[in-house]
Amino acid sequence: MNKIKLIILREYLTRVKKKSFIVMTILGPILFAAMMVVPAWLASMEDTDVKNIAVIDSSGIFLNKISDTDYIKFEYLQNTTLKKVQNIFPESDYYAVLQILPSITYEPSAVHLFSNKQPSFSIKSHIANAMEKELKDRKLRAHGIDQEVLNSIKSDVSIRTIQWTEDGGVKESSTEVAMIVGYASGFLIYFFIFLFGAQVMRGVIEEKTNRIVEIIVSSAKPFQLMMGKIVGIAMVGLTQFLLWIVLTTGIIGGVKTVFFPELGTKNAQEVVVEDLFEQQNLAQIDQIQPQEIEKFTRIFNSVKSIDFGVMFGSFIFFFLGGYLLYGSLFAAIGAAVDNETDTQQFMLPITIPLILGIFVMMNAIQSPDSPVAFWFSIIPLTSPIVMMVRIPFGVPYWQVALSMGLLVLTFLGSVWLAGKIYRTGILMYGKKVNYKELWKWIRYKS
Amino acid sequence: MELLRAQNIEKKFVNHLALDNVNVTIPENSIYGLLGPNGAGKTTLIRIINRITAPDNGEILLKGRPLQPSDVNLIGYLPEERGLYKKMKVGEQALYLAQLKGLSKRDALKRLKYWFEKFEIQPWWDKKVEELSKGMAQKVQFITTILHEPELLIFDEPFSGFDPINANMLKEEILELKKKGSTIIFSTHNMGSVEELCDHITLINKSKNILEGQIDDIRKKYKSNIYEISFNGNVDKLERSLNEHYELIDKTKVNGNDAVRVKLLHQTNENELLSLIIPAIEVLSFNEIIPSMNDIFIKVVNEHKN
Repeated sequence: MNKIKLIILREYLTRVKKKSFIVMTILGPILFAAMMVVPAWLASMEDTDVKNIAVIDSSGIFLNKISDTDYIKFEYLQNTTLKKVQNIFPESDYYAVLQILPSITYEPSAVHLFSNKQPSFSIKSHIANAMEKELKDRKLRAHGIDQEVLNSIKSDVSIRTIQWTEDGGVKESSTEVAMIVGYASGFLIYFFIFLFGAQVMRGVIEEKTNRIVEIIVSSAKPFQLMMGKIVGIAMVGLTQFLLWIVLTTGIIGGVKTVFFPELGTKNAQEVVVEDLFEQQNLAQIDQIQPQEIEKFTRIFNSVKSIDFGVMFGSFIFFFLGGYLLYGSLFAAIGAAVDNETDTQQFMLPITIPLILGIFVMMNAIQSPDSPVAFWFSIIPLTSPIVMMVRIPFGVPYWQVALSMGLLVLTFLGSVWLAGKIYRTGILMYGKKVNYKELWKWIRYKS
Repeated sequence: MELLRAQNIEKKFVNHLALDNVNVTIPENSIYGLLGPNGAGKTTLIRIINRITAPDNGEILLKGRPLQPSDVNLIGYLPEERGLYKKMKVGEQALYLAQLKGLSKRDALKRLKYWFEKFEIQPWWDKKVEELSKGMAQKVQFITTILHEPELLIFDEPFSGFDPINANMLKEEILELKKKGSTIIFSTHNMGSVEELCDHITLINKSKNILEGQIDDIRKKYKSNIYEISFNGNVDKLERSLNEHYELIDKTKVNGNDAVRVKLLHQTNENELLSLIIPAIEVLSFNEIIPSMNDIFIKVVNEHKN
């Protein structure tokens, strides 16, 4: 037992001390933050220059009907032709020219947008929406419904989902939040399995090509070496995630106290609600929309409704279970080949269930209780990914227990099997190994 | 007193028998040569002794009792194909390997210090293995093999990769280890070092051991009663002095003097030969030709081809 501890320690320390680990640990949270901030920043940058669009409306229906936005302005030209506008276009400050033909009332494609660039999607959809609404209103008016009525029937629906808990109480839930939490944890597990599973495989190949493996197995059992490596690398992964969480909270906390010191003492919910008030105040000083604030409060309530104790516990369980299951298979592959280029043929059967898991995960987010989601969250090869998506939506305990039990059993089986392949493989050189050969190794007496 | 006995060892791989009923007895405090052509099964036997693989049949006895898993701490093994973790520092790595063999960190450090000083390699402690030359890495490996002062040492081709100076140093260390009480199994193709170092040998060929015993006995057994005589005088005169009990094999030169090789056929001995030739010529030297291990190796392996 002492030897496996030594091996775990070596696997752990040599990796944690590596420069690449330290760099990734520091860069990780920055990259995460960048991933969230940069697209938002870019989006806010995108349309800051005002685009003027000339409208030549031969139908005469849409005059001043397409509303301006902050960055898109429409100019309605009268008594001109497309040809004329095209001639002056290079010298003008027009971004594009919108031509609406009289046949628009019965022919949807009778609209053209001319430009010397590719107009953005947001411009196109803004115009299309405005025109569709106008055409619809026209048709409704033609059927005798007056504008007053049209304005009053505009309505918004937002559904609040409330779960009945077993003790008869109610809690507010949010499908969106459950989706995000499930999606994130499912992806993290997938990512972790691939990243650190591949590290296990590379570690085994390294020992084999270095020829140190024979020295090690003359001191410790091959199984100890394999498990030591798998567990050691799992600890590296957990350390990295832990550091990421600590660093990210640290960074966020730091940014908050430096840039928004007055917010330091309030809790997050109040901060966001207050932020919202401020934004609203800036944007529309005269009227605050109470339903917006209510929406945010609801999201916070439903975030609270997810049992994070259960969530975190099952995340760690499926995270480790999935990793150990696949890690042992990766170790077996590493032992069976002489170098990384030979791993392809054996990687396929491992990659397929993982990718399948990701696909089913996307399906399970739409309908977490569908038969497909159910079965794939029970089958051990995909359960770590798929079950994690279902848990935020609420899963019967027996299903979670069955899934966990099967995962443990399969994990034990795969470790046993991998151990057999590993034991023979690490001392085998210069042999092209196929599945038939592997089967023979499994049947060898120890 | 025997230290280790391999009894009726049999090991089968998918398409061939690696070891076929092999019996080896290794006396305590001896240097035991494990000889044989490539692919004969030496490495498989060594791996079985090291508990890296298990035999299909047979048993390994250490001091009369079956070998236990914990006994690997009593064995030091230097495999033929050896390596170290390239990215790890020399000192760290030696410490790790020593602890894997059951040494405490404190003991390991103390002993490593002694050996690093003895081999004059202290400056390497914080170097990465990939910075060392092959010979340097071999020295580190040798130290890690013997550091836990095992009762049984197994060296598989230990001299490959060493220059003559370091090889000689290694040879002396091996003899020193024997003096301190270790038993050494020594697998090699280098017959010169076998004659120099080994007390006992076994010859494995095609999965079977075909020759076993004390090296002196074996060499005596394979001698063929041939004597080499260097002399001053007429070779014809010498030839005429021999009777039907002797056969002149060839005429040659030894250190610039004429010499002949004579085989004693039957009912005679060295003294009679000398008394016959002394009147004819002036004898400068008179030696019995004892076959080298190299000759015996080739002879025995070729005999078993048929």
